[in-house]
Amino acid sequence: MDDPLLRLEDVTKDYGERIVTRVLHGISFTLSPGEFTALIGPSGSGKSTLLHLLGLLDRPTSGRILLRGGDTGELGQRALGRLRGRTIGFVFQFHHLLPAFTAVENVMMPILADRGRADDEMRGHAVGLLERVGLADRMHNRVTDLSGGQQQRVAVARALSMTPALVLADEPTGNLDTESGDQVFALLRQFNREQGTAFLIVTHDPRLAARCDRIIELVDGRITSDRTGGDGQWNSASDRRDGRCGD
Amino acid sequence: MPFEWIVAIRYLREGRVQSLLILSGVAVGVGVIVFLSALISGLQVSLIDRTLGTQAHIVLRRADEMPRPLLERDGPVAVTAHVERPAQRLRSILQWQQVLDSVERMPGVVALTPTVTGSAFARKGTANRAVLIRGVDPAGFLRIIDVGSKITAGRFDITGTDAVVGSELAAALGLTVGDKIRLSAPDDRSEVFTIRGIFDIGNKDANERWVFVSLRSGQTLLDLIGGVSTIEVKVADIFSAESIAQGLSARTGLEADSWMKTNTQLLVGLRSQNSSSYMIQLFVIIAVALGIASVLVVSVVQKSREIGILKAMGTPTRRIIRVFLIEGALVGLVGSVLGVALGAGLSLFFASLAKNPDGSPTFPVDLNLALFLRASIIATITGIVAAAAPAHRAARLDPVEVIRYG
Repeated sequence: MDDPLLRLEDVTKDYGERIVTRVLHGISFTLSPGEFTALIGPSGSGKSTLLHLLGLLDRPTSGRILLRGGDTGELGQRALGRLRGRTIGFVFQFHHLLPAFTAVENVMMPILADRGRADDEMRGHAVGLLERVGLADRMHNRVTDLSGGQQQRVAVARALSMTPALVLADEPTGNLDTESGDQVFALLRQFNREQGTAFLIVTHDPRLAARCDRIIELVDGRITSDRTGGDGQWNSASDRRDGRCGD
Repeated sequence: MPFEWIVAIRYLREGRVQSLLILSGVAVGVGVIVFLSALISGLQVSLIDRTLGTQAHIVLRRADEMPRPLLERDGPVAVTAHVERPAQRLRSILQWQQVLDSVERMPGVVALTPTVTGSAFARKGTANRAVLIRGVDPAGFLRIIDVGSKITAGRFDITGTDAVVGSELAAALGLTVGDKIRLSAPDDRSEVFTIRGIFDIGNKDANERWVFVSLRSGQTLLDLIGGVSTIEVKVADIFSAESIAQGLSARTGLEADSWMKTNTQLLVGLRSQNSSSYMIQLFVIIAVALGIASVLVVSVVQKSREIGILKAMGTPTRRIIRVFLIEGALVGLVGSVLGVALGAGLSLFFASLAKNPDGSPTFPVDLNLALFLRASIIATITGIVAAAAPAHRAARLDPVEVIRYG
């Protein structure tokens, strides 16, 4: 196994001050570079909370989160933000694009926010990503003029614009029709194979989960199963997609 | 273009109605400030111009004669029970040529001229009027008080026994250019003068009483051969007249009266006008600031999801703060440019409404670049200050909350 990209050590998360609700109970696992993982579980099981912790958007109540061996709990808010911007990409269920900007501007935004100033190289990079998600002809459209599937593809391109080591996707196909959802999922897979980007995908869709290398199941804030998926690199049989990892 | 500018400009363009509303708010505020300042300073400039049109900035004269008690030869014991104040005679400034040199070297002084001034009677036929003889050196005097441009008939020519009188005196004595009058001073010194010009300097008293003659004629008439009674001074900055006057008084030992001292009422009036104008401007600025702040707060609330996404992408907080500060500054700046145009237009319109008989506006306005710059700078700074609270609010947004609850 490779050196871990992300490592969780006995992570818990509580909410509330007077009435404390424990959402995550002692979660420990590691993600390796290039791994393509599904995170499944019923609503309210703590998937989103876990995703926010993994994305360094939130801090755990106890336990440690190590990114490439470094303890993220020791970083200040500013360093954490910079680290997040440079190593982690996000794809949300509702694309969360910036409606005031065009597709190509949205894809450029993370680099622009990091470096502070636009240049031609940045623009070229964003154009290249949009070409790869099949939206070369739509790049100067306002994102509000795009269909749901197209918007989500822009969001995928944006998540990848900083060439992150890990992309966290929260129900990336949740509000898309099957065909658009398949396209988006195929894109994620494509970037995973071509660039070695690790993905962690929260999904309710057993069909999608089955096509991941690894499936982590979360129930009531505890990992109840962590197993190899149906479409792993070492597991080529496509006829085993069904039923291996449902909800 | 930097990230902050791109986002700020896009957000302002995006929220079209809001941006237009707040720009109009700033424009109206700045317009009021420009209009008010232009009107008040226009009125003040015209008031001061009128006042200084008939008097020198500083007038130097000998100190009044003081009573001198008689002292006993052997000791400082007064022997008189009652000391009467002497009547003030017209006396020459001692060694006035040296005094002129010394006044001229005073910093801030741009022109000066010696004059003799004293009372006399002007007679034509049986008509008789009390007048004030102003014996002046024409070239020097016209630089202090510009009578030359206020001549309504003839010209300002006072060589030999020529004289120039005011319009009221000319009317009272029925004088026209070329007529002769007799000027009689005390002690039966009198002389016949030919009227060469009639002036109207916009002050009834001066028009009624002033008779300009040459310095030499004045000296002869007023029995001050070779002497001068006053030295009239013009300074570069009219509001430093009082301090220069005090300096001159200390330097020459003469009494120095600045226009500020002789027009205390006017100055108090101007000052209170200024403070009321500042108060109004202050409240306008506060209203504009509140307007900008409230629109930006709404904008932050509306955009909280986008701000959260920007933060989730790793956008540093300082950049987010700057986006809103730039929005505030841009609103202030662009609004102030519109406001300057509005205020200037309003001022010119107002000035064109009412005219004096001579064609000058009844409400003169003073529009200048400094006023425009000041208004724009104030509005821009107000915009930045007003944006501080909304920007701070945006900076505090928690991306997790925003993403989770959208």
